[in-house]
Amino acid sequence: MDLSAINPVLLLASLMVAATPILLAAIGELVVERSGVLNLGVEGMMITGAVCGFVVAVNSGSPTLGFLAAAAGGAALSLTFGILTQYLLSNQVATGLGLTLFGLGLSALIGQGYIGIKAPEVPDLHIPLLADIPVIGPIVFQHDPIVYVGLLLIAAVWAFLKYTRAGLILRAVGENHEAAHALGYKVIRIRLLAIMFGGACAGLGGAYLSLVRVPQWTEGMTAGAGWIALAIVVFASWKPWRIVIGAYLFGGVTVLQLNLQAAGLPVPVEYLSMSPYVATILVLVLLSSGRAPGSLGRIFHASN
Amino acid sequence: MIRLEKRPQPSQVWIVATPLLAVIATMIAGGLLFAALGKDPVAAIRTIFWDPLFSENAWFYRPQLLIKAAPLILIAIGLSLGFRAGIWNIGAEGQYIIGAICGAGTGLAFYPMESVLIFPLMILAGLLGGLLWAMIPALLRVRFGTNEILVSLMLVYVAEQILASMALGLLRNPEGMGFPGSRNLSQYPSAANLELIKGTGMHWGVVAAFIAVIFAYVVMSRHILGFNIRLAGQSPRAAAFSGVSPGRLVIICLGVSGALAGLAGMFEVAGPSGRISIDFNVGYGFTAIIVAFLGRLHPVGILLAGLLMALTYVGGGMAQGSLGLPVAAIQLFQGMLLFFLLAVDVLINYRIRPARRRVA
Repeated sequence: MDLSAINPVLLLASLMVAATPILLAAIGELVVERSGVLNLGVEGMMITGAVCGFVVAVNSGSPTLGFLAAAAGGAALSLTFGILTQYLLSNQVATGLGLTLFGLGLSALIGQGYIGIKAPEVPDLHIPLLADIPVIGPIVFQHDPIVYVGLLLIAAVWAFLKYTRAGLILRAVGENHEAAHALGYKVIRIRLLAIMFGGACAGLGGAYLSLVRVPQWTEGMTAGAGWIALAIVVFASWKPWRIVIGAYLFGGVTVLQLNLQAAGLPVPVEYLSMSPYVATILVLVLLSSGRAPGSLGRIFHASN
Repeated sequence: MIRLEKRPQPSQVWIVATPLLAVIATMIAGGLLFAALGKDPVAAIRTIFWDPLFSENAWFYRPQLLIKAAPLILIAIGLSLGFRAGIWNIGAEGQYIIGAICGAGTGLAFYPMESVLIFPLMILAGLLGGLLWAMIPALLRVRFGTNEILVSLMLVYVAEQILASMALGLLRNPEGMGFPGSRNLSQYPSAANLELIKGTGMHWGVVAAFIAVIFAYVVMSRHILGFNIRLAGQSPRAAAFSGVSPGRLVIICLGVSGALAGLAGMFEVAGPSGRISIDFNVGYGFTAIIVAFLGRLHPVGILLAGLLMALTYVGGGMAQGSLGLPVAAIQLFQGMLLFFLLAVDVLINYRIRPARRRVA
């Protein structure tokens, strides 16, 4: 084993890349859950985003269009969840599971002819001045734009929930939908928008996997990333900034185990590969203490 | 516009009718999907739903039906108990894998000894393996309040890695020229889960599935445990007041579903699949979720839904061969079925009425 082969700067830099898909999916799901809806279909929306983004990027040659298509694909898929749960009052857990199964099948079907193709490259940003700082520059300031989009999105969601009237209404709907309804807020409309935002974010996260992180299309490539994003929302106690901690923690474990595999640690590869999932369970057990939004997962029907 | 009006009582008619409606809707939507893929929709639907049962080659496919249905029914019966109580075990795939590993491991430990005791021991090991794997999310939920959905699902990925490690290491066939995968259990008479009646596909797993259906039916409709499960699902507060311990219910529901999933894995590895390999699991644990819902979380319903879902597997396989229909299309088809079912389920509890203009 050669631990000196692991470069700490590269490790930290790739940590940010490894964390981004989960960060994106998790911040979207956070908004959904703050509006009182539990969408367990993150995995399905992510993989649909991954395939939509990949197909469009390959055909158009433009990763930007790919990301836009991924967001649109994720949002479109989440809309089926929205219609089923909000208008047809179906059980959210079952519908979310269904969304995941459906998304996995749909993506495999769409992606059939695209296995083994390489995606057009997403250029790294080289932020002037900042990127030239030794050590910190390569770690933080020399990534592709989506890494920063993810972080900006976290800040935006945080500010939206904390400082805007619309954010307050969204939280009210999530805490107590009957009260919000009585105040005249359109519970279902607000939730549908939140669900579609969550779908778009999950789609972006999926496209980040297929266009930047891997960058290829393979069936089932999300490999549980959507479920980990769900776990991170719980770990984050539904607070935006803690999503960053959770996602980077997970990214760190992922990158570290990959590096240890490469360095030839005398542990079977399979045991290293399971470490991110085990770490997620441990984090859920040890660190989750927050209180879920009051109406989370409950069906709303304005009966009168 | 239309509006939904809550029924005073769930409609008994629609409880039975909605799954049928969902199947018909799925056939139509699936037909459109197949047409979009450039396949003849009528031929595709006929190949999936009709040919495995009634075509001239059906004698070859009919046994497959029971073979595919057995694990689905076994797992779905277990899941339905928890789903009724609002306890969501969605990691049955992992429990299925661990059950298979434990069962196969026990059998292989005795190789090449022959004894009538080996097979029962393997059954026990498979059952315990699944049970213990399910106890992880159960105990974490009871002790720390950890979400059992996420933990049980994470454990699927862990189990898949353990499976790979077993196929490559501990359980690898020493005479397998270094290829991954264990010895073939179906060629080891004491451990083989053979066809009981020739040409039917009937093996011990099918027997176990039927027993599970009967057992679950009795428990759910005649035993206090079934009553408590239904009570906890419909009103957790009422259940708490009547002295139902939520923790015990979590452990029982996850334990039973884990044990049944483990059993399903063990019967699969000793029979139809024959050996532990990296790609041993094919998603029965997830499809069983669809089966459980399609069967209305009712044992008899699950029996029928499991057979129907097995039909889409077998027919889907045939359509793959004869029409070139991709595997993913069948997967999508199954996902669509669950969606349509959830969509039409609204009719059980609500009436559709034209909205009136309300006068202020």
